[in-house]
Amino acid sequence: MVSQLFFFFFAAVAIASGIGLIVSRSPVSGALWLVLNLCCVAALYVMMNARFIGVAQILVYAGAIMVLFLFVIMLLNLAALPKLQSIDWKRAVAFLLGMVVLAQLTYVLAGSLDLLPEPTMPDAASGSASALGRELLTRYALPMEVTGILLLVATIGAVLLARRSSNKG
Amino acid sequence: MEWTLDWYLSLSAVLFTIGALGVLLRRNAIVVFMSIELMLNAVNITLVAFSRALGDAAGQMLVFFVMAVAAAEAAVGLAIVIALFRKKETVDLTRFNLFRF
Repeated sequence: MVSQLFFFFFAAVAIASGIGLIVSRSPVSGALWLVLNLCCVAALYVMMNARFIGVAQILVYAGAIMVLFLFVIMLLNLAALPKLQSIDWKRAVAFLLGMVVLAQLTYVLAGSLDLLPEPTMPDAASGSASALGRELLTRYALPMEVTGILLLVATIGAVLLARRSSNKG
Repeated sequence: MEWTLDWYLSLSAVLFTIGALGVLLRRNAIVVFMSIELMLNAVNITLVAFSRALGDAAGQMLVFFVMAVAAAEAAVGLAIVIALFRKKETVDLTRFNLFRF
């Protein structure tokens, strides 16, 4: 029951932020919508017991790839950069603290009403890092090596493509 | 827990459609790239949902490789965008007609 509620919440936020990505006028706010979307998808992965994939999603997508996107947007200095309003820090911190208190109260209430999901036992198909790592280094050893080569080639290719050509040609 | 698979597949379909719409409708090259990332994510949701429904870790391994390929694609694609921007001073896709002869 609670997991259904969580699913509908994260699914709704994911869909809304996806729509926000394709209708936003400036690429910067589009990128921030996509970060929200990726975080919701990571939460869904964790709910599907794929914890390692969820953490990797946050690290690789929301961390690395989206920073790359934002970096390129800033580097190209696209015209539609939104004016940064000064953030009211006092109000932001108050909002954050209020959310923390709300989360704690909800957690305590759900615990006392036996609404919390049972902690699931890790099994063979669970997404723990050790299970995935064992598969990765035995059954999928060759694809992993090929992926390593692909990432190396992509890095070199990106540097060559983005380099300002100093000599003629 | 059979309802879960159906709902996750539906969510994946909706997200994939949004990403495809973004690729088709937007003219900003960077937003098109981000829509492609959205579509890759929708596929990843499908893979993880099936991996859980079938009790097989192969789907999660595939997600792992899709993430690696997505990182490579983003790096090369953004480098291409930078190179194009140096040449044309814009990222509007309708302004690129390099293959026209």
